[in-house]
Amino acid sequence: MAGAASHRSTLGNIAPLIARRALSSLLTLFLVSVVIFTVSGLLPGDAAQEALGQSATREQVIALRHEMGLDRPAPVRYMDWLGSIARGDPGMSYVANMPVSRIISDRLPNTLTLAGITAVVSVILALAIGVGSAVNRGGKLDSMLNVVTLSLVAMPEFLIATLGVMIFSVKLLWLPSIALVTPDASWSETLRSYALPVFSLTCVVVAQMARMTRAAVADQLDRPYVEMARLKGVPFSRIVLFHVMPNAVGPVVNAMALSLSYLMGGAIIVETIFNFPGLASLMVNAVTSRDMPLLQSCAMIFCATYLALMLVADVIAILANPRLRA
Amino acid sequence: MSEGGEGANGAAIEVRNLVIDVAGPNGARKAIVEDISFAIPPGEVLALIGESGSGKTTIALSMMGYSRFGARISADCIRVGDLRIDRFGEDALRTVRGRRIAYIAQSAAAAFNPSRPIMAQVIEPLLVHRLADRRTAQARAIELFRALALPSPEIIGQRYPHQVSGGQLQRLMAAMALITDPELVILDEPTTALDVTTQVEVLRAFKAAIARSGATAIYVSHDLAVVAQVADRIAVLKNGRMCEEGPAAQVLESPASDYTRSLLAAVRPAARPASQTGREKVLAVSGLHAGYGRVIDGIPAIPVLRDVSFVLRRGATLGIIGESGSGKSTLARVIAGLLPAAAGEILLEGERLPPDMARRSREQLRRVQLVFQNADTALNPAHTVGQILARPLAFFHRMKGAAADTRVAELLDLIQLPREIGARRSTELSGGQKQRINLARALAAEPDVLLCDEVTSALDTVVGAAILDLIDGLRRELGIATVFISHDISTVKAFCDDMLVLYSGNAVEQASRAEFAGDTRHPYTRLLIDSVPEMDRGWLAHRAAVERAALPGAALENPRGEALCRFLPRCPVAVAGTCDTVPVPLRQAGSHAVLCHRTLADLASAGIMGN
Repeated sequence: MAGAASHRSTLGNIAPLIARRALSSLLTLFLVSVVIFTVSGLLPGDAAQEALGQSATREQVIALRHEMGLDRPAPVRYMDWLGSIARGDPGMSYVANMPVSRIISDRLPNTLTLAGITAVVSVILALAIGVGSAVNRGGKLDSMLNVVTLSLVAMPEFLIATLGVMIFSVKLLWLPSIALVTPDASWSETLRSYALPVFSLTCVVVAQMARMTRAAVADQLDRPYVEMARLKGVPFSRIVLFHVMPNAVGPVVNAMALSLSYLMGGAIIVETIFNFPGLASLMVNAVTSRDMPLLQSCAMIFCATYLALMLVADVIAILANPRLRA
Repeated sequence: MSEGGEGANGAAIEVRNLVIDVAGPNGARKAIVEDISFAIPPGEVLALIGESGSGKTTIALSMMGYSRFGARISADCIRVGDLRIDRFGEDALRTVRGRRIAYIAQSAAAAFNPSRPIMAQVIEPLLVHRLADRRTAQARAIELFRALALPSPEIIGQRYPHQVSGGQLQRLMAAMALITDPELVILDEPTTALDVTTQVEVLRAFKAAIARSGATAIYVSHDLAVVAQVADRIAVLKNGRMCEEGPAAQVLESPASDYTRSLLAAVRPAARPASQTGREKVLAVSGLHAGYGRVIDGIPAIPVLRDVSFVLRRGATLGIIGESGSGKSTLARVIAGLLPAAAGEILLEGERLPPDMARRSREQLRRVQLVFQNADTALNPAHTVGQILARPLAFFHRMKGAAADTRVAELLDLIQLPREIGARRSTELSGGQKQRINLARALAAEPDVLLCDEVTSALDTVVGAAILDLIDGLRRELGIATVFISHDISTVKAFCDDMLVLYSGNAVEQASRAEFAGDTRHPYTRLLIDSVPEMDRGWLAHRAAVERAALPGAALENPRGEALCRFLPRCPVAVAGTCDTVPVPLRQAGSHAVLCHRTLADLASAGIMGN
């Protein structure tokens, strides 16, 4: 009885805290939208000029600008744009003459799959490497993992991706060098085509995450409560799992969220090397062709993902640390 | 030879020729504990006494086959009951730790995992050793909470460690240790981090709980008076060797070793002669309110100090006493301007000091200097001692080059350290040396007022006594008025000309040394004095007999919203109908002031005070 009551009251304490945190994320997203809109307006040239080419007359450009609504005052365009984004219909692409939502819905699942698989693989790897080297501090395993993760941090991703292609595609002929994503591909084909991009991206993000995990776990292992647990006869694996991890999880998930947010927009090099149809390359194309609606939508998606990851990290940290719930 | 089974003398614990060594820098092993042998009869308590570095905790932990920093334990025999600990491997040790041998750490606040509920941690020994299921374990824990006199035993386990007080947490740790009915309980300075008044309650709870469980115990402490209350036998340690060991009464009353005698002598500091004081007021504080949060009408949202006033005469020492959280350190910070006062005045030789440090002139800053409690954190580890001392010289006296070097050397002479120390970093110094540098840093400014905040509480008794001697000598020689903040009432009594007792931010009593020596005391002051353990072995039992309960259900405000005496919830002599309805008056006679409803005559009579 008493236990249930206290449990409920703990949840009651957390819910408003999380709600406040989510609200501040929304507010941030709103501010970000203002910044995105303003900055994209500062880019040189405009879509009308770009669409008509060098030979267009001034009158033609003005007419097209009017048609596209580019000559209206900025606040009006912003409100219009925000409203359409909120409805999930960011308008027509200037360049492709297709709804932006359709262009994005072609690419977004690919990026999400790539990011999702990479996240799962790299989080598991990072936890294993980080905890493994923390509990073996100063030992052989620790120094070995240290060298490996530091080398991975230092190596640029195009090098890793290229090496991956050389070894696994050219020499061993195990994996395709180009990620062909087709809806009707079988599971094993999909996995095979994702393998190299996932491998390259994992190498990029795992090192940072593993090193943060090691630092957080090592810091906790030195605390007196760990010695107390040993003196209670608690097995070491249980100490790490039930005593150390709840205290280390706050800094660890925050570091992980930061690293994982890279997987959305930062995957551009990997997408280019493997010819992967993802969001990052789409956004780069949007910049070069001054396709503002597409550019703004991509930027909003990246920022929203980033904020969502941070929100999840903070919620996990709040749940893990009773002192944050006060 | 008794191999594995009961020892020849039927002892529960037997240790023969214990040696613990660590790897030295050149690969050679250096013994930190050597040649230790003792035996404890079943159900008795052996105290290991010594200063920091004497190896007392190291020896106690070796009973569990556990050592810190990669130290190696070897012994002819470490026997606990029928367990030969010295022959156990790591796996076998794990099955014994927390089941047959339990440990109670010095700081429960650090030894409890901050992110798990208390109950989960208390019952963990039963669960990991598969001695009970969760329900039975919880029932057993609640039973122990009740036996240890913890409030709301049914639900206290659902809280997290930061949600209960230090004294409660220490008792909860005792429950965690006793839950498996161990044969040996190791208590490592379990009351050192507590206030004296809390220490009494915790000591009593521990003593009763251990007696009830019938366990044999090893009690590690530096405090002889505390040990006198709980130990059957005492072993005195110095630098990892045993000076003497014997029945408690014998060691305390007729010690065999000189070292034991010097420890016994250092327990209560000798009184210093009264200071040569002028009539001139150096520092006058009146109506000081301070705290945290938004200030409305001079009262902060979270008040820490309430209406504190005092006067410090030239050359005099004012002692400020109180428990942790009473506002002692805050008072020093407010006078120094680190925390601006919300209301009230600070006059330095009649000149009003701005509350905020940032608004004080350099000269005003120079004249009031603070010596921080913890030299480890107050001294910049990246600087040499010379640099640390040269800073205030350059800042306050614009002294540079050779003149500054000469002055640094003089300052080192003043604090009785060799001049060569100026080239070393503070991290290379001992605790006592660091505290001397900390003091010299304040003296370098040539202050009129020196604020000493618990300057000896992190030090061993003997080292601390030397620092006290130094401060006492220097302030007399240099004529510096000193505010001496301490939780240790016997030190303050020996050291200071005037006393101010703080309780929950209120100055509940102010007195000169002569007045303080009399019988008239605020009930809280009396509680503080009476809570300091005495060498008398029957003191704890006697203390229990004279204690009286406070008024039940006392509040801190009356229905009209007026503040009542803040000590009311703990006061043993509160008058029902007065103390719990009317704000408390200040009673004065000469320089003696007491914040109490009882008259001074009342407070003086031993009868109503219960002893």
